[in-house]
Amino acid sequence: MESLFILGTNGKKNYNNTMSEIMTEKTEDPKIETPIEEKYKLQTKDVNVFYGDFQAIKDVSMNIKPRSITAFIGPSGCGKSTFLRLFNRMNDYIEDFKMEGKIKIDDINIYKKKIQLEQLRKEVGMVFQKPNPFPKSIFENVAYGLKIQGIKDKKLIAQRVEKALVQADLWSEVKDNLNKSALTLSGGQQQRLCIARTLAVEPSIILMDEPTSALDPISTAKIEELIYHLKKDYTIIIVTHNMQQASRISDYTAFFYMGELIEFDKTKKIFTNPEKKRTENYITGRFG
Amino acid sequence: MRKIKELIIEKSLLSSALVTIAVTIGIILVLAIEAFLFFKEVSIFDFFTDTQWTPLFTEKHYGILPLLSGTLLTTFIAISVALPIGLSISIYLSEYAPRSFRKTIKPLLELLAAVPSVVYGFFALVVVTPYLQQFMPSLSGFNSLSAGIVMGIMIIPFVSSLSEDALFAVPKDLREASYGMGATRLQTAFKVVVPAASSGIIVSIILAISRAIGETMIVAIAAGQQPRLTLDPTVPVETITAYIVQVSLGDVQHGSLEYRTIFAAGITLFVFTFLLNTLSFRIRKKYREKYE
Ligand SMILES: Nc1ncnc2c1ncn2[C@@H]1O[C@H](COP(=O)(O)OP(=O)(O)O)[C@@H](O)[C@H]1O
Ligand SMILES: [Mg+2]
Repeated sequence: MESLFILGTNGKKNYNNTMSEIMTEKTEDPKIETPIEEKYKLQTKDVNVFYGDFQAIKDVSMNIKPRSITAFIGPSGCGKSTFLRLFNRMNDYIEDFKMEGKIKIDDINIYKKKIQLEQLRKEVGMVFQKPNPFPKSIFENVAYGLKIQGIKDKKLIAQRVEKALVQADLWSEVKDNLNKSALTLSGGQQQRLCIARTLAVEPSIILMDEPTSALDPISTAKIEELIYHLKKDYTIIIVTHNMQQASRISDYTAFFYMGELIEFDKTKKIFTNPEKKRTENYITGRFG
Repeated sequence: MRKIKELIIEKSLLSSALVTIAVTIGIILVLAIEAFLFFKEVSIFDFFTDTQWTPLFTEKHYGILPLLSGTLLTTFIAISVALPIGLSISIYLSEYAPRSFRKTIKPLLELLAAVPSVVYGFFALVVVTPYLQQFMPSLSGFNSLSAGIVMGIMIIPFVSSLSEDALFAVPKDLREASYGMGATRLQTAFKVVVPAASSGIIVSIILAISRAIGETMIVAIAAGQQPRLTLDPTVPVETITAYIVQVSLGDVQHGSLEYRTIFAAGITLFVFTFLLNTLSFRIRKKYREKYE
């Protein structure tokens, strides 16, 4: 992982990231001996995001532990998706997008110029709101990420496809129809296929932007269960509109409001005894 | 009063629609009747197997193959030029270019198709052919190569504009999914976006072919008027359209067999473009269903 991203000079955009070269690689106090699992997987510091003149994210700092599930909650338009998409630099395609501050994954600043986007995204997978399988076969969908890496070994690809489909709890349903178009699957199956497709690339972080909002309750339950089990191998961040979902599956919850991070704590704390009045109002449904 | 006005407008709209349909049917009828009369004198078998087309000479032959080969040869050259350039432009505009650049360049490109084709024909004859002759001394003054190349340039916007529409219509979700797995822009364009837009791209190519087959002025001016069954792009040939122009402008007698050759050639052309248009219509319909 150490040098994964820093393979070339692909930084085309210029970010107003003045501190990037100054800040040392180590962010924690060296005197505090932390076990390896306790090291942060993902850290953001003083992050601001602008779309033109509009500020969508205001001064957000947050640290996320490995192998945990973090839920982002908050009313529509508060910046959850914007913030989530910073971690795989998916906002880079928006023409008037600008970001300030620092985001580190495994202690590497992902917004520095040397970062290769392709490498970053192999490490940070993403599942979208609406299931978006490619108009290709089920097999080709899952194999896609491997093929674009230049993997040619058919046996290896087949193995990884099967493994990913098993992990995504879809294998038993599709193993006899791998060559069928992915578009023939139901919505819930399509979303699990999209998860499998992401897993096949073997990322360490998975970003999910309201992955169940387009699905029925049964499919939703299946995917929640799946996400819960993935926690043992992956760091998961999930944006959700559904309070029950956040409280059921996440370890940590971050509440956003108008681009600000209002509160970030253990999920149990947020849902039983939040520090801020705004958080309480939101989770009890008094606004939002 | 108002009602009567509405009624008049409605009826006049209806009648212009009916007139259009009637004219179209009339044209097809004339074409079919004259062609039928032609085929009463010339066997269809000869028409499709004879390798000479000399209806205006004393030694008469009525084989459509030389005209057909002239048409297909110039069309093939045109598509070989228009397809790679048009597709590259469409992929660049849809996947790489900034939105503002795309907005200005697309109408400019479409201007290429708005230039009168007689200008292109002239350009092929007096600029492209002499230029190519510097490298290919054996190139005839009239040839299918220059005509085809220039025709290819003319139909670039048919390919680029319609393909670009198809590429641009591919949902943003699919691109993001591809980028999200670590694909480059190039991989995303060729492995996800182009396949997803393939039916639209095929339609654009078919329409471009159809346009090239029907193109008249460029080939009449620059490709020559010598019906010849050949695949050699350096010699004069004649296309179906160029033949029709040649005979229509000449003084063949109305109702004669020579006169009817126009209709036999014309119906061949019509069948080709009709089939191509039907094909593209079918594909387009299917593709529309796919996205809904
Ligand atoms: N591409 C964009 N251009 C301009 N403004 C945007 C863009 N995307 C999102 N926004 C704005 O940024 C804010 C946060 O959006 P978003 O991150 O999608 O919120 P959420 O996911 O919490 O609903 C909203 O006010 C939205 O209108
Ligand atoms: Mg959102």
